Amino acid sequence: MATVTFREEKIDLKDPYVAAFLAWMLPGLGHFYQGRTGKGILFSVCILSLFIIGVYLGSSETFGVGRDVYFSLRQGDRRFHYFAQVWTGLPASPALLQYLKDPTGQKPLFGGFMAPPLLGTEATQSAYGLSGGSGGQPNAPTVDNIRKRLNRGYELGSFYTMAAGLLNLFAIFDAWMGPVDAEEEKRRKAALKAEKAEKAKNAEKK
Amino acid sequence: MSVLALGLPDFLYALPLILAIGFVYAATRDEKMSRILANAIRIVLWTIGSMAAIFLFMVVVF
Repeated sequence: MATVTFREEKIDLKDPYVAAFLAWMLPGLGHFYQGRTGKGILFSVCILSLFIIGVYLGSSETFGVGRDVYFSLRQGDRRFHYFAQVWTGLPASPALLQYLKDPTGQKPLFGGFMAPPLLGTEATQSAYGLSGGSGGQPNAPTVDNIRKRLNRGYELGSFYTMAAGLLNLFAIFDAWMGPVDAEEEKRRKAALKAEKAEKAKNAEKK
Repeated sequence: MSVLALGLPDFLYALPLILAIGFVYAATRDEKMSRILANAIRIVLWTIGSMAAIFLFMVVVF
């Protein structure tokens, strides 16, 4: 159990490692565990709504929901965005499940929700049961089709979901260590500076 | 139908982002909700004001 003092107010962080883990699992959950309900509501509403808007922007009737949140390390489609999106925890975890189950995206779970898109080669399209050829089908959930058809929605949605993940990093640190006290930091630095100056003065006298 | 089909000006898509960043950042710097909200509003207004100033500068200069 850990307690921190913030501006003469004691904050009970309970088990900070459990709180940090819960904060990663679901934005705000760590703070609810610590009894910091107001902040928990604030973090969960802000971060989750940003993530949900991002998922919605990357969705369409043709390709399904959440096509901008997926994990892929395939040649030709390395999706490093996911390393930011993953910090939202459970909301982004279907993407990892989809990749582990089928990295090619040919037989996705949950109707293609957060599934990696097809790479768009003839081989993958024919394996998906689509007619081949260099053009392919415009409604096939390939990387190119999704990016062309969703256009700005795909880019904006990716950015929103990445921002949600990175903001949750702040929330995780807050659950783990308590709030950053900028004034206390300034006082601590000023005290260190004064101590150094004192030591230098004493050294000169000797 | 994608929400982008509504034809909202592009800069409006920055608003949810600015709000979320402002509130989350303010919440990591304090514990009391009244101070968090006051700081968050200040951060959001500063961000929007800075963006507006840069936009005006670019419109005038270019």
